Amino acid sequence: MSGAYIESVSGSGARKYAQRRAAKGRPIKPSRPGGDSGGRRPGWVSYALLSVVLLASIFPLYYTAILGSSTRIEIAQSALPRLLPGPNLIDNIVAIVSNQQIDFWASAVNSVLVAVVVSAATVFFSTLAGFAFSKLNFRARNGLYIFVIATLVIPMQLGTVPMFIMMNQFGWIDSLAALIVPSLVGAFGVFWMTQYLRGSLPYELIEAARVDGASVLRIFWSVALPAAKPAAATLALFTFVASWNEFFWPSVVLRSQKTLPLVIPQLSGAFTADHALIMSGVFLIALPLLVGFVFLGRQLVAGVMAGAVKG
Amino acid sequence: MKKVKDMTRQLSGPRRIGFSSTMSKWDIKLSPYLYVSPFFLSFAIFGLFPIVFNIWVALHDWDRRVGQGDFVGLDNFVWVLNQPAFWTSLQNTFSIFVLSLVPQLILALVIATILDQNLRTRTFWRMGVLVPFVVMPVASAMIFSQVFGQFGLVTPLMHELGWFTDVDSPFFHNRFLSHIAIATMIIFRWTGYNALIFLAAMQAVPRDLYEAATIDGAGRARQFFSVTIPSIRPTMIFVVLTMTIGGLQVFDEARVFDGTGSGGTGQGGSDNQWLTTVLYLFNLGFGDWQDRMGQAAAVAWLFAAVIIFFTLLNFFLTRAISTNTSKTTRAARTAAKRQAAAARSDRARSDRATQHSAEIASTEKGRSR
Repeated sequence: MSGAYIESVSGSGARKYAQRRAAKGRPIKPSRPGGDSGGRRPGWVSYALLSVVLLASIFPLYYTAILGSSTRIEIAQSALPRLLPGPNLIDNIVAIVSNQQIDFWASAVNSVLVAVVVSAATVFFSTLAGFAFSKLNFRARNGLYIFVIATLVIPMQLGTVPMFIMMNQFGWIDSLAALIVPSLVGAFGVFWMTQYLRGSLPYELIEAARVDGASVLRIFWSVALPAAKPAAATLALFTFVASWNEFFWPSVVLRSQKTLPLVIPQLSGAFTADHALIMSGVFLIALPLLVGFVFLGRQLVAGVMAGAVKG
Repeated sequence: MKKVKDMTRQLSGPRRIGFSSTMSKWDIKLSPYLYVSPFFLSFAIFGLFPIVFNIWVALHDWDRRVGQGDFVGLDNFVWVLNQPAFWTSLQNTFSIFVLSLVPQLILALVIATILDQNLRTRTFWRMGVLVPFVVMPVASAMIFSQVFGQFGLVTPLMHELGWFTDVDSPFFHNRFLSHIAIATMIIFRWTGYNALIFLAAMQAVPRDLYEAATIDGAGRARQFFSVTIPSIRPTMIFVVLTMTIGGLQVFDEARVFDGTGSGGTGQGGSDNQWLTTVLYLFNLGFGDWQDRMGQAAAVAWLFAAVIIFFTLLNFFLTRAISTNTSKTTRAARTAAKRQAAAARSDRARSDRATQHSAEIASTEKGRSR
């Protein structure tokens, strides 16, 4: 197998590797022609461009950490006061966390509570509805499902004013219930779970459970729910991120209570023009999801790409 | 008598008839409705009812604390349409939308094309482009306010060049520049996300098409425009539609833009330079200085009409374009498939010695490059 061919298909690195293998007396065997071998490895230009994109993705966070570990005077003197985050970042973060006016911990607890309850409920109700839409027969099933999808395009800001009036009537202004109850189940989740269960839950399993005398609820619990796990995990992630980052609706209904996104605009009021303290607060609040992303980013990527194919 | 008893025993053996069977019949009949009901219940209360109720609110004076006031007919609509701020907000919204949509689409397509190769550590790169998606929009708005602010990265550079030296931070004064700053935040957040959607669509394109195009001597640019773009058109329509619906509802970024202690109030600028329509709605109904919920409801109706209009317009535009080209695409696709199959069988027919066919392949590839 010629070196020129290997280089043209897999790059110069592969050619060198093949030569080394050949020198050791274990030459690489050619793969079946026309087979799907994944194609040629791209050259360094692709990696360089991707590195630029990666830097652009990370830079704002790096910049925030840099400013957060400086002082206000340093920021006024230089656009980029230092190149690596310093210990001052910790001091600034401690100042944010211990500030009475900011009330960081209470807001963090609120954020976690709302996001966890909303994503757990969304996953449960969406899986339940998705199971019914994909695997159970009932009248008006298709019509109802089309209705669910149609509701996806309704701009939700349309109902903001009446929703506020309703929350006022319920006595939920400045209460977490106003954030949780309206978001317990959404059209996207139902759509997502229906599409997934349609393709990955065989009718044979349901039939088998039915023959064994299982009730529909039992079939849902013991057959559908386990089968739905991968899609449910992704849906939970997306719902969590959306709920965690939500800013518009909390700004409308909350007053003294806060979630973390509401804390951010408050920083500039609490530390007037002290950019170092403000940015350390921004960094602190942006950090939790980023840490989570290191561990769960793989699933998030898979979720975005799966959604694209189905949507 | 005994016979009858035997018969019933026989019947109730394997096939259960009686109480439990009627139960299971009802179970099968009713369960589906029960399972889909949470969504419809929630939608009825928190989706449909507010939209209908919004008409009622828009036709009345409505105070946040006092509640419903006098019936005023269409006065709220007339009032809103006579507000220069409303029209400014619409202009700003569209300006920011266009400024963010176009670069975002181009960048996302380019990034997706780069990712759609046999990369090493591909999960790492894919995760890398998705990082901005998990940065809280309010946080990134604060960060970019700092980047574009007085002590940021861009303004000192512009001052150095002698531009806008009359103001501390031109991005908080000049209308167009403020739109660019806000569009940057949106581009930052969504480009990687859309790139991954495009990537998924690109990976579904049959590799035969590229093989055929290579054999026909098409370079990489030609392949991108003649194979990739037509093949992922449905996904592009989907992305443009979701971006239209989402992109017109900009709020977080505009609300927080002047938040880094630049003397801003979060109301969209001193002359409404970056007042978006949703921010305008928020200021009217829930801002600290105004209490005009009836008018805010009217804004919601008018804006919903605008969004629906533009979504439909975009939909029909993109669909018209795609149906025009998809005919040629389909023809091209079958032709390409046939060619690829022919090329494969050619190669298979040629000498069993892979050495030989490898040489052919290498010269083919060499010629195409």
